[in-house]
Amino acid sequence: MSFNSFSEFLSMGGHGLYVWLSYGLGVIIILGNLIAPLQAGKRLRAQLTRRLIRESKGS
Amino acid sequence: MADSKWMPRWFYQLASPRWCYQICGKLLPWFTVAALALLIGGTLWALIFAPADYQQGNSFRIIYLHVPSAILAQSCYMLMAVAGAIGLIWKMKVADMVAKACAPIGASLAVLALLTGAIWGKPTWGSWWVWDARLTSMLILFFLYLGVMALNSAIESESTAAQATAVLALVGLVNIPIIKYSVEWWNTLHQPATFKLTEKPAMPAEMWVPLLVMVIGFYAFFAVTLMMRLRNEILRRERRAGWVKELLLSK
Repeated sequence: MSFNSFSEFLSMGGHGLYVWLSYGLGVIIILGNLIAPLQAGKRLRAQLTRRLIRESKGS
Repeated sequence: MADSKWMPRWFYQLASPRWCYQICGKLLPWFTVAALALLIGGTLWALIFAPADYQQGNSFRIIYLHVPSAILAQSCYMLMAVAGAIGLIWKMKVADMVAKACAPIGASLAVLALLTGAIWGKPTWGSWWVWDARLTSMLILFFLYLGVMALNSAIESESTAAQATAVLALVGLVNIPIIKYSVEWWNTLHQPATFKLTEKPAMPAEMWVPLLVMVIGFYAFFAVTLMMRLRNEILRRERRAGWVKELLLSK
């Protein structure tokens, strides 16, 4: 452990703003890269399935 | 595709969208677990246990995001260009889809590398941004990704779009060695590479081991998001194929 207390951990020796801003951005970009394809996949599957069902009813 | 004896069988299997879709589906859970474990473990290690730098203090901990995202942004570009070349030469549809899936991931990782670099630069160099060779070539990498994405969406025909973006990606490949050697060719504020193949890292093990964990974790995460995007792209492009119809209606 390189910190003695939680408040010391949060302040990062005065560089808290920079460290936490960086890690916040990291979390946003990593989660975004997982959530975006997941949701796009769901939308795509639903859309393709709807069209398949419509086509099979039409013929 | 012309048959030739010197190409291994897996190369042809890779060309099958259906096989790719299935193998990605099988690999995804393993890579997801690995990525989560490595990234969470690596982040805790980086933030809590790694020692502070004697000059930079705790702002040094930004390295654990900055270096992996910069490495991945470049690896992703090389994969995009190689996949594009394979698509051009062998007319392999799956390679085109891989190249297309790489662009948004690479762009987001380049943004992360640039932003964490800027945030790290403020307390270390006293400035958010300098027009330094390393920073500028990395910014060009980001613009190359944007160019690839714009070009791909601007062309109606999928195969023409893939060809055009593959050529752009291959031309832009010249930027990769420029990024790598920028810190050696020009006077720069930016510090040289942490990991080299021929030398031991200049920093102590308790600093570089968590960095290595984060780099491997980023590779695993990249594999996860790439396979997810690739599977979506395969479904979209192969929507007329029998196996996709069966797959969709079976649920």
